[in-house]
Amino acid sequence: MKIAVCVKQVPDTWAEKKLRADDSTLDREAADGVMNELDEYAVEEALRLIEAHGGEVTVVTMGPERAAETVRKALSMGADAGVHLVDDSLHGSDALATSYALAEVLAARSFDLVIFGSESTDARMSVVPAMVAERLGVPQVTFAQKVEVDGTLVKIERQTEYGYDDVEASLPAVVSVVEKINEPRYPSFKGIMAAKKKPVETLSTADAGLDAAKLGSSASWTVVSAFASRPPKAAGTVVSDEGTGGEQIVQFLTEQKFV
Amino acid sequence: MSEILVVVEQNDGTVKKVTLELLTLAASLGSPSAVWLGPGYSDTAAATLTEYGADKIYVSDSGELADYVVAPKAETIAAIMADVTPGAILIASTAEGKEIAGRLAIKTTSGVITDAVAVAADFTATQSVFGGSTIVSSAVTTGTPIITVRPNSTAPQVKPGAGTRVDVAATVSDAAKGAKVTGRTVAQKGGRPELAEAAIVVSGGRGVNGAEGFGVIEALADSLGAAVGASRAATDAGWYPHQFQVGQTGKTVSPQLYIANGISGAIQHRAGMQTSKTVVVVNKDPEAPIFELADFGVVGDLFSVVPQLTEEIEKRKA
Ligand SMILES: Cc1cc2nc3c(=O)[nH]c(=O)nc-3n(C[C@H](O)[C@H](O)[C@H](O)COP(=O)(O)OP(=O)(O)OC[C@H]3O[C@@H](n4cnc5c(N)ncnc54)[C@H](O)[C@@H]3O)c2cc1C
Repeated sequence: MKIAVCVKQVPDTWAEKKLRADDSTLDREAADGVMNELDEYAVEEALRLIEAHGGEVTVVTMGPERAAETVRKALSMGADAGVHLVDDSLHGSDALATSYALAEVLAARSFDLVIFGSESTDARMSVVPAMVAERLGVPQVTFAQKVEVDGTLVKIERQTEYGYDDVEASLPAVVSVVEKINEPRYPSFKGIMAAKKKPVETLSTADAGLDAAKLGSSASWTVVSAFASRPPKAAGTVVSDEGTGGEQIVQFLTEQKFV
Repeated sequence: MSEILVVVEQNDGTVKKVTLELLTLAASLGSPSAVWLGPGYSDTAAATLTEYGADKIYVSDSGELADYVVAPKAETIAAIMADVTPGAILIASTAEGKEIAGRLAIKTTSGVITDAVAVAADFTATQSVFGGSTIVSSAVTTGTPIITVRPNSTAPQVKPGAGTRVDVAATVSDAAKGAKVTGRTVAQKGGRPELAEAAIVVSGGRGVNGAEGFGVIEALADSLGAAVGASRAATDAGWYPHQFQVGQTGKTVSPQLYIANGISGAIQHRAGMQTSKTVVVVNKDPEAPIFELADFGVVGDLFSVVPQLTEEIEKRKA
């Protein structure tokens, strides 16, 4: 089985995130880059599927040069090979442009399964996996809390508003996973050493045969017209419970007209 | 006045509150048209949609819309859009709503904006990003604006529309039937308001210390007519079902009042509740980061503070 895992480098989860004044894009230089947390679950799930069924895991990322660290991290967890799409013309790409670029790179390599994390911690749109499925014209089995491959079928439990649905599709398919699915492994020392020798293909948009008119800020179908920092929340009142904590909350709720 | 399509969110045939909010929002932008996708359409649903402003109700009640994941819904909305050229499409910002929006954007060559908290008359959307620290205004520049809107962004208003039913002829293509739903598991629902839509949410975390501990959280919620939420620590431990998880990988809530009990305030939890209007915290650790968000906080043991709070509320109601 050939599995692709799409990973994204994002600003460190705890870092304060800011938009750039010049072009309203996320300031990625301002914070350390890490692998998007949910993508670690995607890598883990791919590795488990390969361990059970045999095959190969390729990590695919699109992002600036330093996103190569994120590819390395996935390789050190155990993925076999990497593809890194990097090009200045990609800067400012929105979800539509990103899904276009990823879909093209994926289509050129024919995978049985493409696995994503269900959301990135920076953009938080949660739409790229569905968009890639739409573009590739393959089934979308997203928000999986459990994934099984059975011959040419992939079966998942899809998290829903009220519980979960059992969903089934033929391969090839696009999967996205939620964090409930597994516990990602840490790269071992051996894994880190081995990762240094694994192949990573670095592609420009021209190498990937992408249409420049569909990439970057100029190709976005949305525009940020303004942004502002919300003034930090005024410090609230914090009291220590001396036996009347509950009553003090009621007092507050009454003033705020909740009670 | 152009038509504004509102994709109806329903649960077993009952129209959800967020749809009424979107109809109210749509009425400020044009002529609201509800889009009903899936089985269960009824006179009651029609009456509710009409009461809250729907001038037209597009109905596609094929079972196939529910039997396959997302793609048939996106396809059906695209078919309606081809006929009516609406001014904009409003969809509830749920996990599935956003997926529908994403696929629809590609099908119709239109820009998509997710998680809006307001939409102006010129379709400029306001989003609250990075955990509420930044307010962004964005606009769609290509095609028809497709905007997903967070629950609790607008107060629904009764404003009867014409409510004309329009049956949608489009059928679901084979291509859209790739991912088949073969089973459905509905965890307990209970009689409380729905988490994502509730005006008040009372949440418990690891500090609740067990499934039984959620009894005090539920009692407080019931005294306030609130929904119950939980941190991942609590849902992971199996103390409370996962669909009540608040946070990055759970539900995003934006209630008038959020009461966090025994929750430390990890960034992934805050991501799901940071835009709550008023936050009350009960935690025994004065250093817990959740206090940074508190309008009112009590440093103390939730097992003494929360029951006292519940009792006091019940007294005032009596
Ligand atoms: C990819 C990913 C996604 C995640 N998604 C989510 C998500 O959607 N939602 C989410 O919530 N988390 C999420 N998390 C987990 C998150 O990082 C935290 O681990 C989690 O929120 C912690 O839950 P907690 O605050 O209940 O527990 P803890 O951090 O252990 O905090 C418990 C708190 O309870 C207090 N306490 C203990 N006993 C009492 C008592 N008797 N009275 C009063 N206070 C008491 C303690 O002082 C402490 O502050 C995610 C993590 C990852 C990696």
